Amino acid sequence: MSLDAFVDEIGDTGPVSVAGARTRWDLGGTLDPSARIVTAPTGVVEYLPDEMTVTVLAGTPVHELSQVLAERGQRCALPDRGGTVGGAIAVGENHLEVLGRGTLRASVLQVRYVSAEGRLVKGGGPTVKNVSGFDIPRLMTGAIGTLGMIGEVILRTNPIPATSIWVESSDADPFTVADVVLRPGVILSNSATTRVLVEGHAPDVASAMEALRKLGTWNECDGPFDCPPHRWSLEPADLRSLEGVHVASIGVGTAWREVEQPRRNLPGPVVEISRRLKSNFDPTGRLNPGRSVI
Amino acid sequence: MSDLVDDLRAVLGDRVRTDGAQRALLRRDASVFEGGSAGPICLCDNTAEVQHVVRTAITHGRAVVPRGAGTGLAGGAVPLGEPVVISLARMNKVLEVDVDARIAWVQPGVVNLDLSKHLAPLGFHFAPDPSSQQVCTIGGNVANNSGGPHCLAYGVTNAHILAMEVVLPDGEVTVLGGLDAEPAGYDLRGVFVGGEGMLGIATRVAVRITPNPPAVRTLLLSFETTRQAAATVSSVIAAGIVPAAMEVMDQRIIIAVENYVHAGYPTDAGAVLLAEVDGLEGGAEIDAARIAEIGRAEGATAVHLAEDENQRALLWKGRKTAFGAVAQVTPNYYLHDTVVPRSKLAEVLDRVYEIADRHDLLVMNVFHAGDGNLHPLLLFDAREPGVYERVHAAGAEIVEASLAAGGVLSGEHGVGIEKQPYMSMLFSDDDLDHQERLRRAFDPACRSNPGKVIPEGHSCADIQHLRTVPEGVWG
Ligand SMILES: Cc1cc2nc3c(=O)[nH]c(=O)nc-3n(C[C@H](O)[C@H](O)[C@H](O)COP(=O)(O)OP(=O)(O)OC[C@H]3O[C@@H](n4cnc5c(N)ncnc54)[C@H](O)[C@@H]3O)c2cc1C
Repeated sequence: MSLDAFVDEIGDTGPVSVAGARTRWDLGGTLDPSARIVTAPTGVVEYLPDEMTVTVLAGTPVHELSQVLAERGQRCALPDRGGTVGGAIAVGENHLEVLGRGTLRASVLQVRYVSAEGRLVKGGGPTVKNVSGFDIPRLMTGAIGTLGMIGEVILRTNPIPATSIWVESSDADPFTVADVVLRPGVILSNSATTRVLVEGHAPDVASAMEALRKLGTWNECDGPFDCPPHRWSLEPADLRSLEGVHVASIGVGTAWREVEQPRRNLPGPVVEISRRLKSNFDPTGRLNPGRSVI
Repeated sequence: MSDLVDDLRAVLGDRVRTDGAQRALLRRDASVFEGGSAGPICLCDNTAEVQHVVRTAITHGRAVVPRGAGTGLAGGAVPLGEPVVISLARMNKVLEVDVDARIAWVQPGVVNLDLSKHLAPLGFHFAPDPSSQQVCTIGGNVANNSGGPHCLAYGVTNAHILAMEVVLPDGEVTVLGGLDAEPAGYDLRGVFVGGEGMLGIATRVAVRITPNPPAVRTLLLSFETTRQAAATVSSVIAAGIVPAAMEVMDQRIIIAVENYVHAGYPTDAGAVLLAEVDGLEGGAEIDAARIAEIGRAEGATAVHLAEDENQRALLWKGRKTAFGAVAQVTPNYYLHDTVVPRSKLAEVLDRVYEIADRHDLLVMNVFHAGDGNLHPLLLFDAREPGVYERVHAAGAEIVEASLAAGGVLSGEHGVGIEKQPYMSMLFSDDDLDHQERLRRAFDPACRSNPGKVIPEGHSCADIQHLRTVPEGVWG
């Protein structure tokens, strides 16, 4: 399917939703059954490794994009959990290795989306740096399709580090790791064990390992922990007092737990702006009815 | 004006200024725009005062314009239609530094470099480093989503702001964003950054602080042509290296800088590339060697590695005082700002020289090459009759050339008044309409810094009377 066909399918009337791989389908509430379900077009439109940018259609599976980038020694900030590019951006959650890859929001340079009126709208621009006008890409990222249906994006890519290893320790204090490793890919702790992704040039990885050994005994491991199902967003300092089964991303504040995070209430004025955004962008409430980020 | 001033003074006392001299001063920012006209100027000390001023302005049907240091180059802080000017410059305290969480809460009037100086003893800095960092404020950086040489690897301001307390255009105070990993709701924080003072006024900002890297290598590569310097930049990125900074200067600016600060730049070079890599010793060494090698392959006539911190500081001083140096050459300059794909840098630069020549203007180039961010400096003497028309025409052609190469209007200075007429060249009517919808969600009555960014015909009808002002503000 082309982007134009996607625009036609969304159309300008009737409740509508876009399905990615349905990995986070119920985020923000249950979709109203009246909604027509559309899928987004797929494919990498243009990949410019020397510009560190890639233009990709929203329905493309993230792992397919990752493969295309890896062939040229690059990667992106999108989490690969079996979902699509558009889905990942609509959800807005960061890759587990966020310290190394950067945040998802910072990587979305341009979005083209279908508006509630059935128009193809563009926000942002194709270059790695851009302050031309208001930041529509930031608005669309994490909006779970309540303000527009993402059809195509331009993402910033980054080189894959020359060397990377996962190591684990059961006697090192995870909270001191950040003090000795300058740019870790991620630091995870399940309170019994700490796992760190160390990446960079080989000599840098070697000196980071040397520093880590001063904190405890480390062994190589395969990768991150299997994380419990519920993602929590906390302040990094809150991670020190986490109890129960969990995996915590030290210095970031994300935690995965067995129970769901209680609803986080937004300040009144923020709710008001958010409601106005919704009614300004989707006056009839046809985009993803039943779902809300507010 | 008097009722308004009385009401403002009820809380701010003599920190409300109405004298002609002050108002004349604040008619402009650092751009070429002659300026609009300022209403009363309020020197606020805290959030409550900002809130009082915003509410009072609403009562009296006046718009407000927030102002930091006034170093903006797009006319963002230029007051249109006698708005109440809210100066944040006195709110200049670093409130709290949490090294553990790598966060600092600061007031918006804190000067960018002062923050990094404050953090230096702790081994940290604030990564965005605009060339104006000795004077520009964090509030201005937030509003313009400012960049700087070191934003190539570290990212521009938006990547370094976690949360903000803001006074919204309706006078409500709230916090946008949060210190948690992924704050709930729409990313209003992310949208506010780069909002050019039109989405509200930041009164407290939580910034991310960055550890100072233990190893830094600064290289100065000399070339015969800017084309070779630009090609080196592309090749470095193509080789998978993302340096902390890559800045290119052409011969004219090298000479101006050398005359001004004697930084040790080669005045016989056609262009130089100032490249910096940082991190740990081993990696920095590898990347520096690789950049030198790539530079030589692209035709570098000399590769100089700063031997110590002094040499490094001197090289950067040369880069960062480039605009001061220019002031020694002609009384006025127009500093342009567009972005093009890196691979198009050389081609667009050629066009820039040709455009300036044709308009009989001297142009110098010093720019954030790593990001493809061009900064052509058009030099002129404002006393020369008709010169503004030529500067304006040349500027428009530079924008056209950048867009034709697949670029964008602005990389860091913002749209303000300057780029407003060009917005329709980059965006369709629908695109602009959506930007206006975003703006109206924050400011339905269009009271905060009206008349900027969104071009005529797409913005609030109730301020259409301001639309004629930008026409006349050139020169
Ligand atoms: C010599 C020179 C070099 C420069 N180099 C660079 C550079 O390398 N990179 C770069 O990005 N820019 C650069 N600039 C442009 C300018 O310095 C930046 O845009 C800077 O961030 C503006 O800060 P300021 O405090 O001077 O803001 P001002 O000029 O006072 O205001 C700029 C905008 O911010 C708004 N504003 C100010 N404070 C607040 C607040 N608290 N809340 C909401 N809105 C607010 C104003 O309304 C206005 O729209 C340069 C300027 C000069 C003169």
